[in-house]
Amino acid sequence: MTTENHGTSPVGRTEGAHTALQTRPSPQPAIEEVAESTTARGFWTRSHRAGTLFAVLGIAAAVGFGALAPSDQDARFRLSESADGFTIPIPAAAGAIAFGVLCAVAGVLLFTGVTRRFFGWSVGVALTSLLLSFLCWQVAGETMAVVTVAQTTLLLSLPLILGSLSGVLCERAGVINIAIEGQFLAGACAGALVGTLASNLWVGLAASALAGLFIAWLLAIFAIRYLVDQVVLGVVLNVFALGLTGFLFSRLMQPEQQTYNNPGTFKEVSIPLLSDIPFLGPVLFEASMFLYIALALVVIIQIGLFHTRWGLRVRAVGEHPTAADTVGIRVNRVRYLNVLYGGLVAGIGGAFFTLGRVGPFQENMTDGKGFIALAALIFGRWSPTGALAAALLFGFAEQLQIYLSAIGSEIPSEILAMAPYLATLLAVAGLIGKVRAPAADGQPYVNR
Amino acid sequence: MTSSTVADSGAAGPSTGDGPGRRSIGRAVIDAVTTANSWMVTILAILLAFVVGGVIIVLSDPGVLRRFEYFFSRPSDALEAVWESVSGAYSALLRGSILDPEDLREAIAGEEPWTEVFEPLSETLTYATPLILMGLAVALAFRAGMFNIGVEGQAVLGALTAALAGFGLSLPAGLHLVVALLAGIAGGALWGLIPGWLKARTGAHEVITTIMLNYIAGSLLLYLINLDGIHHPERNDAISKPVYDTALLPRLAGDQLRLNLGILIALLAAGGVAWLLQRSTIGFEFRAVGSNPDAARTAGMSVGKTYVLVMAFAGGLAGLGGASVLLGIATSSALTPAIIGGIGFDGITVALLGRARPWGVVLAGLLFGALRAGAPGMQAVADVPVQMVTILQALIVMFIAAPAFVKEVFRLRQSRAGALGQTLAKGWNG
Repeated sequence: MTTENHGTSPVGRTEGAHTALQTRPSPQPAIEEVAESTTARGFWTRSHRAGTLFAVLGIAAAVGFGALAPSDQDARFRLSESADGFTIPIPAAAGAIAFGVLCAVAGVLLFTGVTRRFFGWSVGVALTSLLLSFLCWQVAGETMAVVTVAQTTLLLSLPLILGSLSGVLCERAGVINIAIEGQFLAGACAGALVGTLASNLWVGLAASALAGLFIAWLLAIFAIRYLVDQVVLGVVLNVFALGLTGFLFSRLMQPEQQTYNNPGTFKEVSIPLLSDIPFLGPVLFEASMFLYIALALVVIIQIGLFHTRWGLRVRAVGEHPTAADTVGIRVNRVRYLNVLYGGLVAGIGGAFFTLGRVGPFQENMTDGKGFIALAALIFGRWSPTGALAAALLFGFAEQLQIYLSAIGSEIPSEILAMAPYLATLLAVAGLIGKVRAPAADGQPYVNR
Repeated sequence: MTSSTVADSGAAGPSTGDGPGRRSIGRAVIDAVTTANSWMVTILAILLAFVVGGVIIVLSDPGVLRRFEYFFSRPSDALEAVWESVSGAYSALLRGSILDPEDLREAIAGEEPWTEVFEPLSETLTYATPLILMGLAVALAFRAGMFNIGVEGQAVLGALTAALAGFGLSLPAGLHLVVALLAGIAGGALWGLIPGWLKARTGAHEVITTIMLNYIAGSLLLYLINLDGIHHPERNDAISKPVYDTALLPRLAGDQLRLNLGILIALLAAGGVAWLLQRSTIGFEFRAVGSNPDAARTAGMSVGKTYVLVMAFAGGLAGLGGASVLLGIATSSALTPAIIGGIGFDGITVALLGRARPWGVVLAGLLFGALRAGAPGMQAVADVPVQMVTILQALIVMFIAAPAFVKEVFRLRQSRAGALGQTLAKGWNG
């Protein structure tokens, strides 16, 4: 993952120099190794830890899931939309064992360091095979409609993607954003309220973005100007947003739903030609407009942060504001703007809850999704693509929970619901490499 | 993280900075109300929050807004409506939390029992109990430099373990209560121990880990409630078996009033925390680590051990708070998925308003308890939804946390005791 390198590299190093270093086959240590040597504790380097973890998990999966899965049944994965379409049958027991072994192999490769260049990809392969091994056991005797699962996963991940992007924008500039939940709520509520009053979804969407902006503006003013502790502030802003939206809901939107809380929803946008591609078409090109916004934002912010002058400045402000100030960057201006951009993005994420999915607003309808977005931000190591991957993983965990309880699995859904939080807990505890925030994240900058 | 500054800002009382006996009392009073000392900032922050709350009430009242349409022809109409709307809401809030003059008159006339008169106060104290305990849990961790957002989860665990002891054991009255409360403390302490240990061992930031543990605790509660042996056998919804009567907190003023032993336990806990912080060696280490971990380490204290210990203590207090909800307030004395329902987060605001000092937390807990107690009346009489209280709470704490803002709004002079402590924070890596 490129972020790992950015995390530990000094601020001034440009992207170009970084790639040059990375690709040059020289006797000098590559940046990853430098990064690793600072985080490693003796034997337990990042590769060794991750490798051991996945090797053990893979073997456990091969043995455990392999033994539990019935050997005479197939797990069927249907790739087409129609009920009698293209289906891949995998013998349950054999599949569970094979994917478990694959995960173990990826773990061993990670351990030996052969795949050091592709650390992120190797972890991805290991995780995916682990999941597939698990699925072979669970889906045995059933058919999983992969298209539906993928579509719902994307829907569930969408607010997480937008929320964690808001976090990336704020925290890369050095302002902690715990108020993502509050921005979601404000966005969801304003979208439904204004969208109904104006009877126009686009006006509602704009209002959502502005409501997110409002919470972000409070965050910016109090954090940057009045130097309030940003974690305290985030918690308080969440309470404020919960109170304000709940108040409006009870006072206006619930008693007079037709006048204040009936915005309708955006229709799915189908892209001609592309939506006819089998499998990918219905998943990616016949989806909510918010998906296109979110994916576009991931690309824009990723490129913006790591390949433009603007991004270099933002990261400089987040890592070493004093140095940034010395070279003439207006630290607090950059921070203000980034927090406000983040508010816009999270506000749109909030709009998805109402305008993108169900329409009317309900009290506390975001139900902690802002905190999962925060987890995705941290799990994705403060980078847009990392956050996207983490959001998809968490969205999939939630979808899996729904799917498994639908097919009557014996695994309690509450235990699965813990998965994203446990994963984040393990990640910040440094089980797989060290998760490192931007160096000046959360520290107000006072020009002396 | 924030502890030292949050805590120290409380040190500047109204009289600090005045030369002893140098100036007249009048001069001292004027100084006290025109400089930015912590009492003044607190009072003005509360005032400001109520003003902003009033604006929100007016803006969301279509009846009042309609009067503003002809504001320039008859301004008195609009202003009267504003006054009625806002004063109606706030006076209902007071009647529900302190005293309803109507009830008092009828009680004196002998038309209704005196319990009606004391009901608002009883409700205030009942709501304040868990708020104080959970506020203490946040405040104690603050003083050792940790921000414990995990009170919610720790309280859930406390309620859970207290419930297990409450319906799992059958013991004589009195002993059963003590065992259930101790079980609650143990459950919360265990849940608090985890982030403390993770921070000591791996440096994982407690804010992130406690947020995650909150959700894990919520899922765990949901899972356990539906298990056989815990789930109420005659109910279909998610509710556990009720705890035995022997484990309930006894009511203090008759069965009509909900006031229970919990409030005394909360006050005792506040006294205990005050003693711990001011008089004990452990407390000294907590404060030392809170104000400067590096110096504490140099002085030979084990910073890691302190993190673990303070989080265990804080978790224990939160667990006791959770147990007090289950054994004192919960409607059918049973676990439900929303049994804590955000009181843990309210505890954070209580600790911040109380400036992380034990008796400050008690006062803050009483204030927010009063708001909670008055809210239903406000909704019933003045048609202002209960969520107004949440808004007020958030605003108060936001202004408290930003003394510079309050100072600017009210044009207060700089206190002679020096600038009020800003809550300057370290980031995720700190």
